[in-house]
Amino acid sequence: MLFMDLIQFAGGAVWAHRLRSILSLIGIAIGVGAVILLTAIGEGTRYFVLAQFTQFGTNILAINPGKTKTLGIPGILGGTTHKLTLEDADAVSRIPGVEAVVPMAMGMGRVEAEGRGRSVNVFGVTADMPAVWRFTIGQGEFLPGGDLNRATAVAVLGPKMKRELFGDQNPLGEIIRVAGYRFRVIGVMEPKGQILGFDLDDAVYVPVANAMRMFNLDELMEIDVAYQSAKMVDRVLEAVRKILIDRHHGTEDFSITTQAAMLESLDEIMGIVTLAAAGIAAISLVVGALGIVTMMWISVGERVSEIGLLRAMGAQPRQIFLIFIVESVLLSVLGGAFGVFLGLVGAFALTLVLPDLPIFVNELYLMLGLLVAIATGLLSGVAPARRAIHIDPVEALHSD
Amino acid sequence: MIELQHIVKSYEVGGQPIYALRDTSESIQTGEYVAIVGPSGSGKSTLLNIIGCLLRPSEGSYLFNDEDVSQLDDQALSQLRQHQIGFIFQSFHLVPRLTALGNVALPMVFAGIPASERQRRAQEALGSVGLADRVHHRPNQLSVGQRQRVVIARAIIMQPSLLLADEPTGNLDTHSGQQIMELLESLNAKGLTMIVVTHDSHVARRANRVLVLGDGNIVKRIQGKDMSSGSLPFA
Repeated sequence: MLFMDLIQFAGGAVWAHRLRSILSLIGIAIGVGAVILLTAIGEGTRYFVLAQFTQFGTNILAINPGKTKTLGIPGILGGTTHKLTLEDADAVSRIPGVEAVVPMAMGMGRVEAEGRGRSVNVFGVTADMPAVWRFTIGQGEFLPGGDLNRATAVAVLGPKMKRELFGDQNPLGEIIRVAGYRFRVIGVMEPKGQILGFDLDDAVYVPVANAMRMFNLDELMEIDVAYQSAKMVDRVLEAVRKILIDRHHGTEDFSITTQAAMLESLDEIMGIVTLAAAGIAAISLVVGALGIVTMMWISVGERVSEIGLLRAMGAQPRQIFLIFIVESVLLSVLGGAFGVFLGLVGAFALTLVLPDLPIFVNELYLMLGLLVAIATGLLSGVAPARRAIHIDPVEALHSD
Repeated sequence: MIELQHIVKSYEVGGQPIYALRDTSESIQTGEYVAIVGPSGSGKSTLLNIIGCLLRPSEGSYLFNDEDVSQLDDQALSQLRQHQIGFIFQSFHLVPRLTALGNVALPMVFAGIPASERQRRAQEALGSVGLADRVHHRPNQLSVGQRQRVVIARAIIMQPSLLLADEPTGNLDTHSGQQIMELLESLNAKGLTMIVVTHDSHVARRANRVLVLGDGNIVKRIQGKDMSSGSLPFA
């Protein structure tokens, strides 16, 4: 039997029961479509989240006060916790391989100029912040370098902040009040967006020494350390830990998080989320496969006398088996192709309805969807096809 | 051509053997026209199915063209049916979704004959049974007489040496039954061996020879002048 004839014969049988065939292949289509759509959303979200975090550079580690692993209750049990200070930041900056250090302190303050004012986040940072956090300056210049402890009454505005206070006017050289203190505006940042709810564009950047004084803080919120290359991460991490333990009299009362480790675990989590979504979608694929099994099983039952005829005219059991397998695969391939179409249309429709929802259709998942559909058809066809070849031709010919 | 020696066909039903055929021997020569008659349950169909290689005998040997086919496996029997035996059924067994042409070409599909040749040969065969103008009709668009012509065209498409007909006129009116028998006889006249199972004495009487079955045995063989005289039992 020629392959084309096999396809044609099986196709004729599928076509003869168009409505039934379409209904049973819709099950597969929904399954494949769901897999494609959900993995597209999963992948899109993964890229989105990773992009959110890599926008601050990847060769960074962050030092925060407190050790998440210790269970001490300082003060009551007499344990001493050492503050994370500007001196710590200064010491870290001297480690070989460290390119830049940004000690950061933060507070909420009212910013006023020209009779207008709004409460925003005030970030106390240093001259290296744009390099470490990958910010660019839109207008003027950033905070001056030099001694970390030196307070200078200059401020840089986030672009939204600038627009709210000054509109289209040039803010450079203007005096603003931040939490009551006078600052001179020396620069405006380029837009950067939000991260974890902080609007980085609706903020004011001042020298860290000023921020600590203004908000009456005696410790830093974080020290961000940029190192030269990814290969150095372990060496720099060890050096930072050693120096800080030394400075804190032998206690490790701080936590170090590397951006790389954070990204890795984030990537892992998002990968699992995508996989879970695909798994849930795959359940509908199984339901679709059951639909095809049922339909093929009924079809064999209805065509007992046809099978008897084919056997009488010399068709081999192998050929009968193939006919029903090909019918089943045909159904599932059509369903799979329709499912790919549904998935793509669904993804496109989602981008129209929810433009903010990140969607990324991976060609790999499209191919995988189709392959799974074909495999589903093969498997679904086996039981009905086996039933077909075990039909006794003599009984079959007398069955109607 | 056909040499049946001590053929037994039995089935186990509830541990008890039920005999469909008991010790049947018969030989049929090439070009013969044989009718098989007998009451229901006498083993007519079983005998026809064994001759048609759809059933294997439980005992005895069956030589088809001097080859013992009672020992052949499924695949070899399929091949034998494909190339040597044409079947004609009372209830036609046409595939409803295929046209007359498609139905006639079907045996060639499974023999792996290319489409262009199938088309040509099927058209020719339909022409030879007088259906040249009905090739693209589906079975439900044809009269029962025309359907049986399609079945005959299908049965001869692989140029078999043996034609088996199970009640070929059973579903037809007298007139189209007559026509079908004339068509079959014209094929027999060209040398095709033919075995017909029938209830109809008119049909049986046209054969060269009649085998009368009763209770799993050939109880009577009628031929020559005996054919026209008297009535045929069970027919």
